[in-house]
Amino acid sequence: MSLLEARNITKRFGGLEALTDIALTIERGEIYGLIGPNGAGKTTFFNVLTGFYQADGGDFLFDGAPLDITTAHEVAAAGIARTFQNIRLFGNMTALENVMVGRHVRTRAGVVGAVLRMQSARDEERAIHARALDLLEYVGVGARQHDLANSLPYGDQRRLEIARALATEPKLLALDEPAAGMNATETATLKRLLERIRADGTTILLIEHDVKLVMGLCDRVAVLDYGRKIAEGAPAVVQRDAVVIEAYLGGALA
Amino acid sequence: MRRLMHDRRLAWAAYALVAIALAALPFAVDATLGRTWVRIIDVALLFTMLALGLNIVVGYAGLLDLGYVAFFAVGAYCYALLASPQHGIHAPLLLLLPLGALVAAGFGVLLGAPTLKLRGDYLAIVTLGFGEIIRIFLNNLNHPFNLTNGPQGITLVDPLHIGDFALSKTYTLGGLTFAPVHNYYFVFLACAALVVLVSVRLEDSRIGRAWIAIREDETAARAMGINTRNIKLLAFAMGATFGGISGGLFAAFQGFISPESFTLLDSIMILCMVVLGGMGHVPGVVLGAVLLTALPEALRYVGPLQNQWLGRVLIDPSDLRMLLFGLALVLMMLFRPAGLWPSKVRKRELAT
Repeated sequence: MSLLEARNITKRFGGLEALTDIALTIERGEIYGLIGPNGAGKTTFFNVLTGFYQADGGDFLFDGAPLDITTAHEVAAAGIARTFQNIRLFGNMTALENVMVGRHVRTRAGVVGAVLRMQSARDEERAIHARALDLLEYVGVGARQHDLANSLPYGDQRRLEIARALATEPKLLALDEPAAGMNATETATLKRLLERIRADGTTILLIEHDVKLVMGLCDRVAVLDYGRKIAEGAPAVVQRDAVVIEAYLGGALA
Repeated sequence: MRRLMHDRRLAWAAYALVAIALAALPFAVDATLGRTWVRIIDVALLFTMLALGLNIVVGYAGLLDLGYVAFFAVGAYCYALLASPQHGIHAPLLLLLPLGALVAAGFGVLLGAPTLKLRGDYLAIVTLGFGEIIRIFLNNLNHPFNLTNGPQGITLVDPLHIGDFALSKTYTLGGLTFAPVHNYYFVFLACAALVVLVSVRLEDSRIGRAWIAIREDETAARAMGINTRNIKLLAFAMGATFGGISGGLFAAFQGFISPESFTLLDSIMILCMVVLGGMGHVPGVVLGAVLLTALPEALRYVGPLQNQWLGRVLIDPSDLRMLLFGLALVLMMLFRPAGLWPSKVRKRELAT
């Protein structure tokens, strides 16, 4: 059984159809790439999947059950965590606190527990702290745990955002251009990190412009153009697809 | 480990010293500055609770609320209506304060619910309107049925009392005279300490982090699985609870309340306490509340001083008060934009 099945997802903004009948299937344990020229609808698809937009048609099957998307926080609870194309960290919280916020959806302590410092709340708080530290080490920013998120170098911010997403214990990690703006070394580090996340059992959905990264990392990719899926398959096959080449380079060269 | 024990003992010693100082404070002030100043300290403690309540909404969750005094009013009227000759009801204290807190929390949710999607300026305007609506209601609910006695307000509100032991009486204990202002001081101090404790513990908790996350980036907070609707409503309700409790204490302390005590200017004063002290930082907010209560009172002495030095009153002290207050605000914003005593994080934030 596949992890995520998108069935004929359609999204319109007024008269513009940003997504038309997108159907795709992501298998457990794979790294699935979503590529396409700028404005093809990749991020729109992300926003529909993660509950930030409501689809105008179609539905998702996630982990064998229909994904009733009404609000973004329920999607996170269902097990889909995302990062943002333009980094959205909690800038004036420390790196550690950012990841601790990610634990929110898997923890329970409320006002009473916190105010009375009940045993359960204290235990939970300790567990949150320990898990957040582990995740920071995991993505390689453990040394900066007490620094404010917005004071971290760019590459660290990207990785911190991934750690925060991982803190929600996702089954599917959806990354929106994680390598954007990274240099070659940072991209190589990111690639190793993503491979490790996959090896540890989390499925990854990846939007990325860095072709080398996509080709080297993804098991399968889907290509979007003008809101339609024009190709899907192994990276090497998609790369030679005439329709894809046309979409990227224009009709005259194909 | 030894060091830890040592530190802990040192901390307890420090706490004990602070406690003794706070216990002695009203008597020392009474003996030196006079009883008026004990009363001012009482009021400062009330405003400390209010400022800490608003701090949850504005400082932690980042929701600009310009109508916060409405919750103070709700708490005060809740107490006064159920403990005065107005309707001939004299409910017991142990029911009144929790009820006031609960009703205020309800009003907090009532304000929060329709404003969930608003941010920044728009939220400020709606909350401002809410504060005015409450005040105008209180002003006009004397007709056709006289609920609030309108602008005349409610008089002869019961003092805080359990049986015959009333805080409005003077007691002597071991040679010390406990005037009403002294009695209220200790009750207010205990309540304020409780509010400080709740604030500090909430800030460093799962809920507090969720509030701050919403302040920092609401979209990202939602993506992290935070139910922003509930968490924001919780902030409004918690803030309103503190306001409601201090409102009840205020009604009992004054013995008289009217809509005049709950104007937009009061909302703005409370907001100034939070902002000037250091938004989101409990010690800063407490400092802001105490300073902004005490300073305007201290400036009353400017009149007599002018008389003494210049032979006449050159500038009316009440005019001067607002002038100096405005000047202080401008200077603060220029030189200490993060507040007098900001949290370390905010200091770092503004340093870059």
